[in-house]
Amino acid sequence: MTVSIPTPLRSYTQKRAQVEGEGSTLAELLCDLDRRYPGIRFRMIDEQDAIRRHIRIFVNGEQVRDLGRALNASDEVQILQALSGG
Amino acid sequence: MKPTTGNGKSRTRRLATHRPTRAHDGGYVLLLVGTRKGAWLFHSDASRKRWRIDGPHFLGHIVHHAVLDRRDGETLLVAAKTGHLGPTVFRSTDIGKTWKEASKPPAFRKAAEGEKGRAVDHVFWLTPGHASEPNTWYAGTSPEGLFRTEDGGNTWEPVVGFNDHSMYRKWTGDEQAGTPDGPKLHSILVDPRDPAHLYLGMSGGGGGVFESVDKGADWKPLNAGCRCDFLPDPYPEFGQDPHCVQLHPLAPDVLYQQNHCGIYRMERPQARWERIGENMPKAVGDIGFPIVLHPRDPNTAWVFPMDGSTVWPRVSVNGKAAAYVTRNAGKTWKRLDAGLPQEQAWFTVLRQAMTADAHDPVGLYFGTTTGDLWAGTNEGAKWSCIARHLPHIYSVEAAEISG
Repeated sequence: MTVSIPTPLRSYTQKRAQVEGEGSTLAELLCDLDRRYPGIRFRMIDEQDAIRRHIRIFVNGEQVRDLGRALNASDEVQILQALSGG
Repeated sequence: MKPTTGNGKSRTRRLATHRPTRAHDGGYVLLLVGTRKGAWLFHSDASRKRWRIDGPHFLGHIVHHAVLDRRDGETLLVAAKTGHLGPTVFRSTDIGKTWKEASKPPAFRKAAEGEKGRAVDHVFWLTPGHASEPNTWYAGTSPEGLFRTEDGGNTWEPVVGFNDHSMYRKWTGDEQAGTPDGPKLHSILVDPRDPAHLYLGMSGGGGGVFESVDKGADWKPLNAGCRCDFLPDPYPEFGQDPHCVQLHPLAPDVLYQQNHCGIYRMERPQARWERIGENMPKAVGDIGFPIVLHPRDPNTAWVFPMDGSTVWPRVSVNGKAAAYVTRNAGKTWKRLDAGLPQEQAWFTVLRQAMTADAHDPVGLYFGTTTGDLWAGTNEGAKWSCIARHLPHIYSVEAAEISG
């Protein structure tokens, strides 16, 4: 499936804004992305498997907070960032 | 009740030194500057008068600490995160020309079912390990965690003896209290005589200085004599706020700390802090963040006082910037303000943001929360500004690079 990568994480994807990934759940997809782009997962997901505060993950336009969310090959996953403060 | 102080005689006796005392012989100084928006490297010329700027590195990253490994003179670790992204460590073995990210950055263990998990928010402090353990480093984090690498910073493991100590929650206290940017584990010190002998400091809802004699397997508080103005019992066993603790590299029995409640010194095997800041001018006080030791003389230390009166503005006292030095283990202090602004200077020098090189005379360096970098290459007798308009400076470290 196609995964959109936000600018802060493109240092891991050779500057690519869209990458391919696989997995039957969001957790599996993130592990697959980390295999392809080592280190990318920990910058988004902490060691207790919580999505970091300024990272948002959307599946087909709907925000997902549960890493157990099931995915299909046709799903479109967007990873976005929202930073506040100066 | 005022605590009893240490034996005054001990300060005047000749200190056993760890190895022969000598000044650094040649080469140049590299300053490593960590800021709220990236890292910069400043290379001096041989006279330490002119500086070449290399940076920014990691522009936009929050860099709490950048440290060069004095054991090999080439490994550089940077503790970084961004507003969005989790904490990590970047490594360079060519003084910043190329960087690699740690493949396993410091992280707490996964919590057991029903247990409240901890997640590292940022890596706050980096300390190279003992000379006999070449690729070992320690990291201190927020919230309070101690981590160790044995491969030069590539993979990090929790120091279980601290992070899962039965007293951890009592020692670290209320997670919501403490420093605005989160509670910190800092001032990780390794005894140059013994890799198993460690100290650390914590500032947060709890805190204090802690000591291990078994390489971190067990820890004990080391806070007797150190005051807590902010607790009902002003002399508790732990809970103090040691802003910065230093151990003298040539006389490792000598410890100094700049605490939230004064400047202290301890000489082991004593286990009681003596408040040497009582000898600072009363109008200035003895509150600040950093304390810097002379690389060869264990009786000399520098501090950078801040205003800890009324509502704690934590800026230069009366807007007049100054360092203070003691040359006699804290009996007397001298103001060092030549070249520094003496009106309307409202900055703060944070705990990692002041340091010394190993030259003779010693060069002192500090960075301000207003983004200025200052040097006093004659032991602070006169200061000059070597960079302005950097972001908010968190850390300044000096390293000797062989000529």
